[in-house]
Amino acid sequence: MQRIDALPIHIRAVTKTYGAVYALDGVDLEVRSGEFLTLLGPSGSGKTTLLMVLAGFTRPDAGSLKFGDAEVIRMPPHRREVGMVFQNYALFPHLDVAANIGFPLKLRGIDKNDIHARVESALATVQLQGFGDRRIHQLSGGQKQRVALARAIIFEPRILLMDEPLSALDKKLREHMQIELRRLHEQLGMTTVYVTHDQREALTMSDRIAVINHGRLIQLDDPRAIYDHPADPFVANFIGESVLLPVEIIDGKPCYRGRPLQVAAGHARDDKTTPGALLMLRPERLVFMDDARADAAAYNRFDGVVGHAVYQGENFVTYITLDDGHEVAVRSVSRKQSLAAAPPPGSTVTLGLHRDETALIPGHTAAAGNNNNDAETNRGHKP
Amino acid sequence: MNTAPRYMAGRMSGRISGRFSGSWLSRPASDTQVTHRGRLWLYALAALIMIFLVVPTLIVIPMSFSGSQYLEFPPRDWSMRWYDNYLQTSEWMTATWVSIKAAVLTVLVVTPLATMAAYGLYVSQLKAARYVFILLITPMMVPVILIAIGVFFAYTRLRLNNTMLGLVLAHSALALPLCLIVISAGLKSYDMNQERVARSLGASRLRAFMVITLPQIRFSVITGALLAFIVSFDEVIVALFITGSGMSTITRSMFLALRDQIDPTIAAISTILILITTAALVAAQIFGRTAQKKS
Repeated sequence: MQRIDALPIHIRAVTKTYGAVYALDGVDLEVRSGEFLTLLGPSGSGKTTLLMVLAGFTRPDAGSLKFGDAEVIRMPPHRREVGMVFQNYALFPHLDVAANIGFPLKLRGIDKNDIHARVESALATVQLQGFGDRRIHQLSGGQKQRVALARAIIFEPRILLMDEPLSALDKKLREHMQIELRRLHEQLGMTTVYVTHDQREALTMSDRIAVINHGRLIQLDDPRAIYDHPADPFVANFIGESVLLPVEIIDGKPCYRGRPLQVAAGHARDDKTTPGALLMLRPERLVFMDDARADAAAYNRFDGVVGHAVYQGENFVTYITLDDGHEVAVRSVSRKQSLAAAPPPGSTVTLGLHRDETALIPGHTAAAGNNNNDAETNRGHKP
Repeated sequence: MNTAPRYMAGRMSGRISGRFSGSWLSRPASDTQVTHRGRLWLYALAALIMIFLVVPTLIVIPMSFSGSQYLEFPPRDWSMRWYDNYLQTSEWMTATWVSIKAAVLTVLVVTPLATMAAYGLYVSQLKAARYVFILLITPMMVPVILIAIGVFFAYTRLRLNNTMLGLVLAHSALALPLCLIVISAGLKSYDMNQERVARSLGASRLRAFMVITLPQIRFSVITGALLAFIVSFDEVIVALFITGSGMSTITRSMFLALRDQIDPTIAAISTILILITTAALVAAQIFGRTAQKKS
């Protein structure tokens, strides 16, 4: 199939309420032309509602939605020329594979021979050559997924929407399809909006991730920025694992338990003097300090007592109770040496966090006026 | 889950064929290890219930072949004269055609209406939808005799008594609830995302319904139509009130004949109706099963 001429999407102040509940609360979002953008959030966050607004199945109470320069908020779904893949594939069981894939072309009154040729080409694109006359119930989950995808792209929509399309597949197949979807996106180049609640999937596939919670856009960034510099405690906890420690500001410098912290330079979000800022500790960024380490001075240090350890195959995780009572995890790669050097339970250890990997995040949630988030997401932050 | 007992039955009947009945009684009847002996009371009860359900229906069959003037069981001599009598009496033929016409028209009125109502109530997000559903199935809950009286007085004003239109409308009201319930149940097992996806792929809502949704709920629609046919064809109470000579349905005529002159013609008619109904049900079963295999 040919490369598709993509369209940008402009979402402005889109609001949707169900009774007193805000499913979407003034969402502004620019999806760049040809970008793979993921809407990431827990269930009930509003991410699927936003996708349904894009597809035209949910009419927002207020706001503007443009595909390119065209306002589409009042346009019915069948005129939007948007490809869509649903979570459960929603293949038509009374039609065979070729009729499923050819369905959008048949609706557009395209000649039978043309349809046949384009269906073959679409089948080749999703690597299902020769499956045209199969019935839907004869397909495996992964094959159904590919048929749904072929059906959504065959009419060359300039925008493709996907609603948790891989969540019904088992882990291995899901990871394989993630890479394949990404490859297909690079080949065809349409603007893609992808909904998932799986943070690893979002990190793997996306150009940019829009984190959504309680109907609000919390953070829009590329995967590394989302992971390394979360905008608020919710993002820090939702994506990856983290423990957040309270930071005091003494003489304009961030300190932990009276000791000044060395903080990575450069990222705009690290406002080092914000009152109530939090220090983010991720398990894989922490190391056991020993004084032989050459650049020991570059590490922030935390003292604690070793609790239990969990062996996970490729990794092992050691749980440490810090002096102030916070429990943090340290993830180490399971190599013979590191396993042998692991500190025994009950022993006292010093953990190190390199200053380049030390990130402070604002203590309040990024979406203003939504402070009840802190209580449920900020587990590391004990009073 | 039945493979193990069946497999054992095959081996045991081969080996200890002499004591077959005894071993059958002491063999487990299900996965719970209850033996057939322990289940005997249940088999007997089930048989009784089936006899009770079926025998009153089947008893009219021998009665219809009676040679005597009166309904009697068992008949003392046999003949086909009551079948001849049915087919050659113009009143019976007229009534038969009225019934068939009314039932077919009722199906044509009710099936689209019930399909639209079921669809609308299913996709509606209004809280009132539940109450509308209850309102639509009230004809099933109100005693038919009350409906008949009400319809009679309303039709007197509307001049619809003893008309085909009146009969079809009254039967439609009676058939709608069943038809609506059956089609609603069919929609519940249908994945509405299919219609959504069809719309996103370029089909208008109506087209998506006709091309994607309707073919997949067709069995409940057909079942609903069959039920509507049976409701209308079976109905006697409303017909007694609102139809008269020339517009009498077959069931109404049978009822009157039973009251006025007890002759075996109605047994002959009943036998024909039983045959037709059984054939229709068997056909629906076979049709449904092959369709299930295909999909």
